[in-house]
Amino acid sequence: MTGTHLGMPAFPEAAREAVRDEVLRANLRHATHTIRDKRARAVAELEDWDRLRAAGKAVKDHTLAHLDRYLLQLEASVTAAGGTVHWAADADEANRIVTELVLATGEKEVVKVKSMATQEIGLNEALEAAGIAAYETDLAELIVQLGHDRPSHILVPAIHRNRGEIRDVFAAEMGGWGRPAPEGLGDDPRELAEAARLHLREKFLRAKVAVSGANFMVAETGTLVVFESEGNGRMCLTLPETLISVVGIEKVVPTFRDLEIFLQTLPRSSTAERMNLYTTMWTGLGPSKGADGDGPSAFHLVLLDNGRTDTLADEVGRQALRCIRCSACLNVCPVYERAGGHAYGSVYPGPIGAILSPQLRGTGSEIDATLPYASTLCGACYEVCPVAIDIPEVLLHLRERVVQGGPVTREGIRVRIRPADGHTAERAAMRAARILLDHPGALRAGERLLARARRLRPRRLPGPGRAWTDSRELPELPEHSFRDWWAQREKAGREKAGREKAGPAKVEPAKVEPAKPEHEKGARP
Amino acid sequence: MRAALFVTCVNDAIYPRTGIAVVRLLERLGVTVDFPAAQSCCGQPQYNTGYRREAEPLVRRTAEAFAGYEYVVTPSGSCAAMIRSHYTRIGRAAEAEGRGPGLAALAEGLVPRVYELTEFLVDVLGVTDVGAYFPHTVTYHPSCHGLRTLGLGYRPRRLLAAVRGLELRELPGAEECCGFGGTFAVKNPDVSAAMGTDKTAHAVSTGAEVLCGADNSCLAHLDGILRRQGAPLRALHLAEILAATEEEPVQGFEGLV
Repeated sequence: MTGTHLGMPAFPEAAREAVRDEVLRANLRHATHTIRDKRARAVAELEDWDRLRAAGKAVKDHTLAHLDRYLLQLEASVTAAGGTVHWAADADEANRIVTELVLATGEKEVVKVKSMATQEIGLNEALEAAGIAAYETDLAELIVQLGHDRPSHILVPAIHRNRGEIRDVFAAEMGGWGRPAPEGLGDDPRELAEAARLHLREKFLRAKVAVSGANFMVAETGTLVVFESEGNGRMCLTLPETLISVVGIEKVVPTFRDLEIFLQTLPRSSTAERMNLYTTMWTGLGPSKGADGDGPSAFHLVLLDNGRTDTLADEVGRQALRCIRCSACLNVCPVYERAGGHAYGSVYPGPIGAILSPQLRGTGSEIDATLPYASTLCGACYEVCPVAIDIPEVLLHLRERVVQGGPVTREGIRVRIRPADGHTAERAAMRAARILLDHPGALRAGERLLARARRLRPRRLPGPGRAWTDSRELPELPEHSFRDWWAQREKAGREKAGREKAGPAKVEPAKVEPAKPEHEKGARP
Repeated sequence: MRAALFVTCVNDAIYPRTGIAVVRLLERLGVTVDFPAAQSCCGQPQYNTGYRREAEPLVRRTAEAFAGYEYVVTPSGSCAAMIRSHYTRIGRAAEAEGRGPGLAALAEGLVPRVYELTEFLVDVLGVTDVGAYFPHTVTYHPSCHGLRTLGLGYRPRRLLAAVRGLELRELPGAEECCGFGGTFAVKNPDVSAAMGTDKTAHAVSTGAEVLCGADNSCLAHLDGILRRQGAPLRALHLAEILAATEEEPVQGFEGLV
């Protein structure tokens, strides 16, 4: 993925800063809770939501199982409709293809439709290196780009910014990119939107080349689909002469009819709208092949792999490829809400990012090895996912990969990776705990030792335990374990039963059974 | 009726009061309680941190300890969820990788017999009024595994609502995770503490005397924050409230009104 994210610190360190930033936390909290509540209402309107969810999952799973076939069908359909299909194995290849296509037009600037795939490969930076200016036209992406910032949310890339901050960015930066912000710009949303509209309008009318992604590609017809709310995407898709779309190979669906499902589930899950305001579909160059000047006269589709085929090879992890980038999981994730998007070190933040990035990039870097742990496994993400990706299941699967290593597919080759560095002490602790817990006699002795040490309970622990006591008190330790209480009670019960059997006149010592080792005691009723 | 108590390692070592309360409660309801001493930990700490192989012996131990019991009751939603959601997969994976013969069948056999306490009370015993008395204001935090993995739904709150003298107060943002998450609390301490602090603030805002839950690990985290802050409410496991009677109130709550 993009170079801007290389060398990111581990998730816990990156999150620490965000947690301490009160403004950021307030911005995130307000935004995620607003969308989350609206989404819940929009979803509740549909009686057949569970069936739509199951259908979306089924379509995606079927397509992924026959991805080779559907991609070839898509290529044939797009080609037949006058488009040109390019295959890109990785980010570098995709960037090279797009750069060459733009340079071939003789243009030095492109307008962009909001696209995660081009963010993923760092296309803007690659174009810039080739002397081509790429202008983001999605309002939130524009805010991020003008602010020399990074996106922190899939759907709302500037979610971490409030109105005042956006006003400052517009006032300071718009002039350097084109039409400056009006004098005395305020922070009213309408004013801000108008400033962006005027700034962007100039670019739409001038641009000869546009770059987009796509939400879906239909194999049978070769149709590409973009869902959006602003109409800026449609400007880019219709006005320029050349259109280049960079799309992940997992975005294909078999038939036009399959869109029926996602037209309902995607907008409700992402923007909490019944339907998104603009759904733009194009099939190659259309019947006129662009001859009437309506729409672009050249269309290129760059099919991006960049780790997707390797992810597809993983039985548990492949479900991440069902993702339709709705970002519902971000909005309900309590960890995302506190840590913010930047902490995830990827254009894919939140729960989906925590399973997608370590699969697309591997678990080799510090940030990727910590992402599977950036969750409490609370399950809220799975509950809202419109294609039922069991994110907690994949997180657990990736945690195993991090600490135990194992087989993975890299560039089509099955390899066995070693455990990630830095887990030696943890592994030793887990093993020691396992040995203790697997020997109830030793466990009981340990519990007694703990009970005896109860008065020594420190307020602060050293080592990794410090992370607990920095913000919480330790629990008060009991006088005895449950196990000991139970044993005493059983003994007392037996003694009582013995006395009753013997009768009150006889005074005999209670019959005490010889103590057996714990693990040999009868477990059967 | 006879049932085996799976007390769980955290309750055994740190919260024996919860286990004792379950025994008192079930016996009061006419259930004969067994405590198979061969039990230990369900393996959740290992499994959730990525050490699946380290969890395997504990899966076997737990399944063997409770073999033969029709009902296995546990006062921990997350341990019940661990068994119900992951045991079969762990057993199958172990066998596929050439370890643990028979583990899959053993694990699979245990899964349908494990009940979280409130499920056992409501679904098996068919009671919601367990004859408890607890004259205090209570707010209930439904821990994630109970809420989403097990789908406990209204069971815990119905049980609480039937307790004499108890006033139940709704917890704002109840369905949001408290931030414990097992090793998450230590691996991501800042986010964990931020989530816990928000949760305790919501609990304090209800004005309740007691923050009740059905998972002592979540409660250890929340109670730890409450006590560090000197907050005016305490965390208490649901079992202790349900076990409380006029004659035998919860220790430490007699004086609170």
